[in-house]
This record gives sequence, C-alpha cells and structure tokens, in this order.
Amino acid sequence: MASVNFIHPPDYKDITKNKKIETALPPKKAILLLSQHTGAPSEPVVSVGDSVKTGSLIAQAKGFISSNLHSSISGKVVTIEDSPHPIIGLSRAIIIESDGLDTKAYLNSVSAKDISALSKEEIMTLIKEAGIVGLGGAAFPTLVKLNPPPAKKIISLIINGAECEPFLTCDHRLMLEKSKEIILGVQLVANVLGVKNIIIGIEENKLDAIESIKSVVFRMKADDLKPKVVSLKTKYPQGGEKQLIKTLLNKEVPSGGLPLDIGIVVINVQTIFAIYEAIYLRKPLYERVITISGGFPNIAKNILVRIGTPIKDILDYCGLNPKLDIYKIVMGGPMTGVAQSNSKAPIIKGTSGILVLDKKFKLEEKELECIRCSRCIEACPVGLMPCMIGLSSKKAKFDIASSYDPFDCIECGSCSFVCPSNIPLVQLIKLAKVKIKA
Amino acid sequence: MNKLTVSQSPHIKSNQTTKNIMWAVVWSLVPAGIAGIYIFGISSLNVMILSVLSCVFTEALFLKFRNRNPKTVLDGSAILTGLLLAYNLPPQIPFWIPVVGGVVSIALGKQIFGGLGQNIFNPALVGRAFLQISWPVYMTTWKNPRWWPDAVSSATPLAKETSAHFSYMDLFLGNRAGSLGEVCVIALIIGALFLLITKIISLHIPLSFIGTVGVITWVFGKDGFFKGDFIFNIMAGGLILGAFFMATDYVTSPLTKKGKIVFGIGCGILTAIIRLRGSYPEGVCYAILFMNAAVPIIDRFTKTQKYGFIKK
Repeated sequence: MASVNFIHPPDYKDITKNKKIETALPPKKAILLLSQHTGAPSEPVVSVGDSVKTGSLIAQAKGFISSNLHSSISGKVVTIEDSPHPIIGLSRAIIIESDGLDTKAYLNSVSAKDISALSKEEIMTLIKEAGIVGLGGAAFPTLVKLNPPPAKKIISLIINGAECEPFLTCDHRLMLEKSKEIILGVQLVANVLGVKNIIIGIEENKLDAIESIKSVVFRMKADDLKPKVVSLKTKYPQGGEKQLIKTLLNKEVPSGGLPLDIGIVVINVQTIFAIYEAIYLRKPLYERVITISGGFPNIAKNILVRIGTPIKDILDYCGLNPKLDIYKIVMGGPMTGVAQSNSKAPIIKGTSGILVLDKKFKLEEKELECIRCSRCIEACPVGLMPCMIGLSSKKAKFDIASSYDPFDCIECGSCSFVCPSNIPLVQLIKLAKVKIKA
Repeated sequence: MNKLTVSQSPHIKSNQTTKNIMWAVVWSLVPAGIAGIYIFGISSLNVMILSVLSCVFTEALFLKFRNRNPKTVLDGSAILTGLLLAYNLPPQIPFWIPVVGGVVSIALGKQIFGGLGQNIFNPALVGRAFLQISWPVYMTTWKNPRWWPDAVSSATPLAKETSAHFSYMDLFLGNRAGSLGEVCVIALIIGALFLLITKIISLHIPLSFIGTVGVITWVFGKDGFFKGDFIFNIMAGGLILGAFFMATDYVTSPLTKKGKIVFGIGCGILTAIIRLRGSYPEGVCYAILFMNAAVPIIDRFTKTQKYGFIKK
C-alpha cells in the first residue's frame, strides 16, 4: 500500500463561504458548446432558426461516453459555429438568442408517489435524458458510473463534498442550502446502484455544511438507508476521486483502473443535486452553482448561472469594473484551472468557478535548476517522483520519463505548487504523456 | 479590459524558494560559527571569511564564463559551500589554505559538473578532501580552546592516544580541539533543530547515520564487544556537523525517504570502519563522499511506492 501525500495550500475560502447562492439573470445570448463533457461531443438536433424553450433538448449524446445538451434560455437558434472554449480553445457551439421570456420546457414538479413508483431503469433514463455529467470538474457522464458492467458489483457509494480546491465554495453553499435535496438525491443513486454503504465525505473547513447534512440524516426515517457523514481533515487534493477513496475506505484503485473496478462509485455533491432535480423536477442540467472569487472581494459571489453564459456577462453581473488592473482570469480553481486569454468563453457544465486575479497573484516565472530537494515527491498524492518525470521530459528523454509512470499522474498541480525552483512539473508530465502516446 | 496573462496551472504557489532554502541553511550554521569564534578566537572568523569569499569569487568567475546570470552567485549556495568548508578546517590554518580549498570546492566540486544541482559530490567535502591529501600536516595541526594553557598542536579527541580525558560535557559544549565548526555540539543541534522545524531537512539521514555509527562503535568499540563508548563517538568528531548539515545536502543525497535511510546507514558504516580500523582518526568526510557516489544507484533501487500498484 502506498502512503498518500497531501499539501496544504492557503484555502482563500473565507472570501465567499458565507455568501448565499444568488441567481444570475439568464444571458441574452447563450453559447452552448457541444464539448461540455469527457467523451464524444453531442450532436445537434436543432437547426438555425428553430425556437427553443429553457430546457429543450438541443443536442444529443453520440455514443456511450457522451451526453445530452439542453438550451439554457428560451429563444431562437441563431447559428451553429466554432466558438471559444474555456479549456480546449475552440469547439462547435449552438448559439441561442434569448426572447426574454425564459419559458420552461419541463414539468418543474412531480408528485412523491410518482417518484417512489419509478424503476431503476426509469431513473437511469431520466438521468441520461437530463444530460447529467460530473460537476466536480471532469464532467464525466454520470450514467456511465451508474451503469457498471454486470460483473462489477458495487459495494460502496461515496459522495464527494471535499471541495479541496482553494477559493471554491459552490459545493459548500449547496450542501448548506440544499441539504435535504442532496440527501434525496443520494437515496435515488443508492437505490439505482443497490448499495448499502454510503459515505458523504466533507472537509472540516465546511463545518456548517457538515452539521446541516448531518441534521437531515438524523431526521431520516428509521427504515431509510442512512449515509455516514464523515468530516475530513482539510488537505489537497483530497477531492480527487482516488485520493478520497483512500482516505475514506483505505482502498486503492488499481493503476489505470476506475473506482468501479473495486466496487466503488464516487459522485460529487453538485452532481447529486442535479440528479435530484432531474428526477423530482424533471429538470435537465442547464444551470449550475459556481464561485466567483479571486483578488477582488467586492465581486465575490456564489452564483447560480446558466450553462452557456459568457464569462464576461457573469463578471458584469457581479459588478466587475473593467478598468481595474486585472492580471489573470482563471476558469476553475487555482490549482488546476485554466487561464483565459479573454472573457468570451462560456460557462460549461464542468465549470466550478471563475477567479479574477490581480497582480498580487503574479508568480515568479524564472525557472531554476532542480536541487533534488524531493518536495515534489513528498507532495505527490499518487506516490510518483514528479522531478524524475519532469526532468527527463525536459531533456526529451521520454523513455526514461515513461519508466516513472507518468500515466498515473492526476495533474493536481501539487508538485508545481511546492517546487522551490519554479519548475513547471505538471506541464512537463503532461508533455511526457503526449509524447509517449504519440 | 486590459491584457490578461495566460499561464499554466497552478496559479498559486508555495513561497518556499531555492534561495530561501540555501539562506536558511546558512543561518542555521551561524550558532556553530559563533561558538567556533568564541572557542578558538578571531582566527576562526578569518578562515570563514576567506573560505566564503574564495567560493563566491570562484562561482562568479564560472558564471561569467558560462554566460549565466551573474546574480545567481548570491543564491546562497556558494556562501553555504564556503561556510561548510571553513567549518571543516582547523581554526589557525595558514590563510591560503581556505582560499585554495574554496576554489577547489566550487571549481572541481560543483561547476565542472554543470553548477547548482548537477554535482555528484558535496562541494565542501571535495575541497576538504583535496586539502587533507595535499597538506596533511596543516590539516591536522589543531588549536586548543583559548582558555587552555598550551595553545597549539594538541590532538582531537578522536586521535586514539588522547581520547581518555574528555568528559561528555566538554564534548557537548565544545571544550576541545577540532575543526572550527564541528566542536560545539549544542550549537550544531540548535541549528539542526531550526532546519528540522522549518522542514528543510528531515531526520531520515541524520538519524540513520548517527544511529549506525553509535551501534557499530558500541558493538565493536575498542573496550571490547558491546562495551564501546558510543556517546563519545557520536560527539567527538565531525559526525554531528556531517550528519545534519553535509550528508543532508539535497543535491548529493537520495530522493526518497527509503533512499535517505539507506544512504545514512551507508555513511554510518563507512564512518565507523574508518574510525575503528582506518589510519585516519576521523571518517565522516570520506564516508559521505563515498556514499555521494552511490546515490544514483540508491535512487534506482529505492523508488517510491505508487498508488494503485498491485503486487503480483
């Protein structure tokens, strides 16, 4: 068994952790990228000129690892073209202009009796139709997790409320404000998987959320399956699926494998909430909670936004003065997020936050020699030797790099974070992966 | 909106820098330096200054000829080498010895390998070994503490004929002859504690190194099986200085914890063998240099245990 290392970056969560979730106005124009998720892009089912409602299906999953996409506003499809993508640079998108009405295309409430009558298959179909993907960041289609090959028996369900990335508090607020709904969602997923062992893991920098979830669990009926709520020491990257499994169950997912290979499914809390909405409200996934934070506390918020809203619109809504000295805009958390070259790209399903950073966050760029201090080795949550992969990769010795298992790297950024010589280790490891595959 | 900076993640970083680390080690050596000056007088300070200046100057020269940023000379690493070299020299040595030692340390010990991070051997120990072989008489002419009646040419406690009349307290406080930075154990321990608390070094190397020397000198000591004076052996020579400040040098020690323990044990065995059976009274310097050479092979066989690796 490997020992799992963690780091303790400053968490910056005080900026937004006490701010209630606000609802942003729907955008005038929504850019709905067809690559929202891990896997094949969805295929448009609407054409230019079509009218759509909020929640109408506009593109459907293509293949098993893919996902449906719904309109996040009501209005007209104006064009389908290549648009700026916050992570991969460019992707095809369906662009919809709002009619300002925000007419809903779904039921918005279902009676409790109808829900208890649903079969597993029906629940899975609803989740599939709602276009639900992992909202923790990777945007892996959720249905794939709920539908394991028959040979793999699922024993444990882990609900990931760790939210270990600094700055981000969207999952924190959601757990606090929607505890009941989350527990209902957990019950649905537990039923579909047929598991008895359910664990909700939350880091202890979110005590109020832990209390809130615990009190809902406490008030559950006696014959209900009660999840175990576990308070975790705050450390990064504990929210990584494999790291969370190690902390909670002291089990390791085999190298190259998935949690379901050892009978475990891990689902993020916000994904659970989306599942709740998909079943209880028949609402497709077209909006999510994100955190706006960074170096300007006056714009910081937890905010419910429509997928496809351009970053600029959200920052305008938050009251960002464009004359301010903005240094960097990052989509996602500070450890793994992607710096944006402009604010045109839209929110996608995997977006958990937008950070607007000022000059305080300017980093020393000058790279020095590796002094073999082994801080990266002691930081790596996978037990790799990042300096060995990184330095071989830098010298283009990819055969040596490959002998240090770069493919087990989860790209959490811990090694780059701790390196006193500013060596961009994660990037060098990513480079090694690309070169070795080629 | 003004121009945005695009850079790779992560977008926050720890504030520990290579320069800070080097300077922290320099600071951690200050108590032992002060003790050296107090015990042996101002000549200790002269040796330290000459050695540091020689190292810094040589480093600057090399950086210039290798077209490197001249500011790098103040990254603390050359100063550290100079200081460590001085700590390994007798306090009243002729002025040109630390100068030559500094040039050799930086030139042959560090820069010909490619500078910081590239050298195989601990640069200060390369310098010391060179001086020891070239001018053995100067390198073994010791000075007594200022308050002793006879000032010069006594022997260090480890020299076999003198060891009897030193109390542990003398050794602990530095009331003895020896290299100028190695004699005051308490001052070295204060510096070492600082490095341990700030997590600049870990206990893996010092503990396995000192522990091994202790065990071997206890079992095979000259007073018979399991009767050796291991406390004396731990405090009497350069072991504390070597184990905490030289063997832990990042560049020339193994990467993983496992490797560090192997390295420390190796250093300990070699030190004890040289002390008990060799013709030199002291073995720390050569033990570390030998083990430096073994680091690549230790690294190869002491890789980390990675997550999700199932033994078949």
